[in-house]
Amino acid sequence: MPDLRANCAGIKSPNPFWLASAPPANSGDQIMRAFDHGWGGAVWKTLGTPIQNVSSRFGAVHHKNSRAVGFNNIELITDRPLDVNFKEIYEVKKRYPDHAIIVSLMVESKEEWKDIIKRSIDAGADGLELNFGCPHGMCERGMGSAVGQEPKINEEITSWAVEYSSVPVLVKLTPNVADILPHGMAAVRGGAHGVSLINTIKSIIGVDIDRFVLEPRVDGLSTNGGYCGKAVKPIALHMVAALAREPAFNIPISGIGGICDWRDAVEFMLLGSASVQVCTEVMLRGYRIVEDMIEGLEMYMREKGMETLDDLVGKAVPSFSEWGNLDMNYETIARINPDLCIGCYDCMVACHDGAHQCIFPGEDGIRIPIIDESECVGCNLCQIVCPVPDCIEMVEVDNGFAPATWNDHVNDGATLRPKKGAH
Amino acid sequence: MASPIKPDRSEADFEDYKPAMREHGAVVEANRCLYCEDAPCTIACPTGIDIPQFIRKIATGNIYGSAKTIFSDNILGMSCARVCPVEVLCAGSCVYHDLHEEPIAIGKLQRYATDIAYQKGWRYFEAGEDTGKSVALVGAGPASLACAHELRVRGHACTIYDKRDVVGGLNTTGVAPYKMKADRSAEEAEWVLEIGGIDIEHGVEIGKDLTWDDLEAKHDAVFLGFGLGPDSSMRVDGEDLAGVVGAVDFIEQFKLGTVDLDGVERALVIGGGNTALDVVRELVRLGVEDVALVYRGTEEKMSGYKHEWAAGKVEGVRAYFQTQPIEFLGDEDGNVRAALCVEYDANKKPVAGTEHEIAADRVYLAIGQGKLGELVGDLEGVELEWGCVVTDENGATGRPGMYAGGDCANGGKEVVNAAAEGKAAAIAIDAYLAQAGGE
Repeated sequence: MPDLRANCAGIKSPNPFWLASAPPANSGDQIMRAFDHGWGGAVWKTLGTPIQNVSSRFGAVHHKNSRAVGFNNIELITDRPLDVNFKEIYEVKKRYPDHAIIVSLMVESKEEWKDIIKRSIDAGADGLELNFGCPHGMCERGMGSAVGQEPKINEEITSWAVEYSSVPVLVKLTPNVADILPHGMAAVRGGAHGVSLINTIKSIIGVDIDRFVLEPRVDGLSTNGGYCGKAVKPIALHMVAALAREPAFNIPISGIGGICDWRDAVEFMLLGSASVQVCTEVMLRGYRIVEDMIEGLEMYMREKGMETLDDLVGKAVPSFSEWGNLDMNYETIARINPDLCIGCYDCMVACHDGAHQCIFPGEDGIRIPIIDESECVGCNLCQIVCPVPDCIEMVEVDNGFAPATWNDHVNDGATLRPKKGAH
Repeated sequence: MASPIKPDRSEADFEDYKPAMREHGAVVEANRCLYCEDAPCTIACPTGIDIPQFIRKIATGNIYGSAKTIFSDNILGMSCARVCPVEVLCAGSCVYHDLHEEPIAIGKLQRYATDIAYQKGWRYFEAGEDTGKSVALVGAGPASLACAHELRVRGHACTIYDKRDVVGGLNTTGVAPYKMKADRSAEEAEWVLEIGGIDIEHGVEIGKDLTWDDLEAKHDAVFLGFGLGPDSSMRVDGEDLAGVVGAVDFIEQFKLGTVDLDGVERALVIGGGNTALDVVRELVRLGVEDVALVYRGTEEKMSGYKHEWAAGKVEGVRAYFQTQPIEFLGDEDGNVRAALCVEYDANKKPVAGTEHEIAADRVYLAIGQGKLGELVGDLEGVELEWGCVVTDENGATGRPGMYAGGDCANGGKEVVNAAAEGKAAAIAIDAYLAQAGGE
């Protein structure tokens, strides 16, 4: 059986699945129930000066038969008294000594940071997470993403925290920046032991088209919120990978952003996440989802012959390259398996209207589309729209050209194959 | 004026075999549609409804547009949604079959959209500018309604003649009530007629109350949509016994009025077509405990739809296959008590020495309906084949200005065929009238 024990920046947990700092990690009762379900760790909902929230707070993007493929919230940090939170942290840690409790923090002055870090560690925190990411409400008060968007402030506050802390410090980064790297590097310079990303993305989740008001509606007004859920995963993966592939960035990553199941978790780990954090899917489905996450990860690792998470973490990072390094002479074309094709012609209309007009109706009354391989550019669109698993395969073509990247072509005059589909 | 459908009808208590969808169910189902290009379901629809498009519009909440898509191709889309044998047409062609998954519930979705359109009172069509031409339509069934509506869109005046006092033809008097009841069909006819400019002359039988010559003299073109005749006879002894009833006649009785089957314990339905399969299922719902089909061929050879028979079996209907009545036997009061039957071999030939009685206190004959082609058989240029009026693919007979569609021409098909043929004929009539000029 593979060993799922995780160690992210020195914070150890029985598995890499942590609750993210959010409503599911709001109280001791919740976190203990989560641990009973199998979660390996929890990032306690951000502590600071308790706030008051509005009603309503959440919004969602529903698409076709899937509810809440995207989600957003305008909720702020904890609204519970600090002493209650610390008492509960102490209780949970006492009862679950092997699980990881990371306390998320957000305060303003150096003195406040010093005080809250001490109280967190006294309560039993295994690690701290500095919330430099919240993109709504708190940033208007000079905290959250207002810190995360300024590398100098990020570095400075991180260095305070590291100075005051005897446990590992993670910096939670905001995705609301043009390039994540300077912000990750600020955390490195500040002495952080690791980073966690992404926090939520500044968003307007939707508009009530009957009332002419944004959602989620607070009487006649609303505000921008933080976007999360399955839909943000691609953005999160990119930011995680952008840090993981940077040689100067040399601290561990806790991956966050749209992780709903073990497959998502595996992807984040392959791109360098030593642990993963989940919020939205738990909000929608409950703590019980972790059972499948654990089993799925175990099954995956067994099938791949992986024994520990070290065999997995970062394994796909080297595949992330610049466009200029891609082999221009690598050629694929689409092939339809006639035994599997059901004749919906969705590939044909997609190719015709959205790609390169190389798929045509079947002939002689046979409803299997015909691909003009001399025109097919291998774009994948047909395979993406095809409703039948494995029906359309992208087949590699031996065109006789030696591999050549754009950079090779520009720098050394390497020969590129003739363009296809460019009339 | 058509006679209103009475509220007191035996069919009134029938429940829908396929219940109506609610909004969420409809949206979920609509989202399952793969939105095929050049879709097999549309190809399979005689009226060519753009099914993926109307389904997508349900998914997005554009019900107005969804129903518009349906009615643009088939003005009888509301009744067709309920009475079409979707299992062998649109839904039968759904590509999901190849994935071994449930086909899209196209009929139910079409009903969802068209019911809302009716409920909201949406109207999509206006009569065209008056052309000064007038067309006679013989019979007030689906073919004539579809034809007349399209003719009105094109600006021609229409007069429908029907010897009956109901509109909608078999759609009103013959559809199994667990699919659609008479009042809903009458409502559809009214909805279609709301385009205006379609007169209906009830109680007029052409050839009797008005000659064909007079009809042609009064109008610039004629559309024949008079359907089929009465139930066919088996020509065996005992058919005149009390309790031996024609199936189509019986269906009309409980659809427009009431029937009393109290005390009826065992009913036999003779035939293997769709009318027979309707009647057995209707008898079960009317409370007859023991209902059996008697068919001279094998189960596989039945001309009725497989899905209908499968449903009948589930509902408890039995069957005697390769069995044919040769006489109906009565009691001393002249009521039928049994069918004297023989067994048939694979070639539908009687097997000697197999005579046996099957007890029954009701017998329904569902072996077909008479063809009415002879009504126009003497008219020059009109050709008949097996009693049906022969037309080209646009409904034209060999007689200039005379067109036909629906059961009288196709021999007895679905409402959707009548709708398609009526509309196609209207387009052909429009072209004919344009060519005929001021004649």
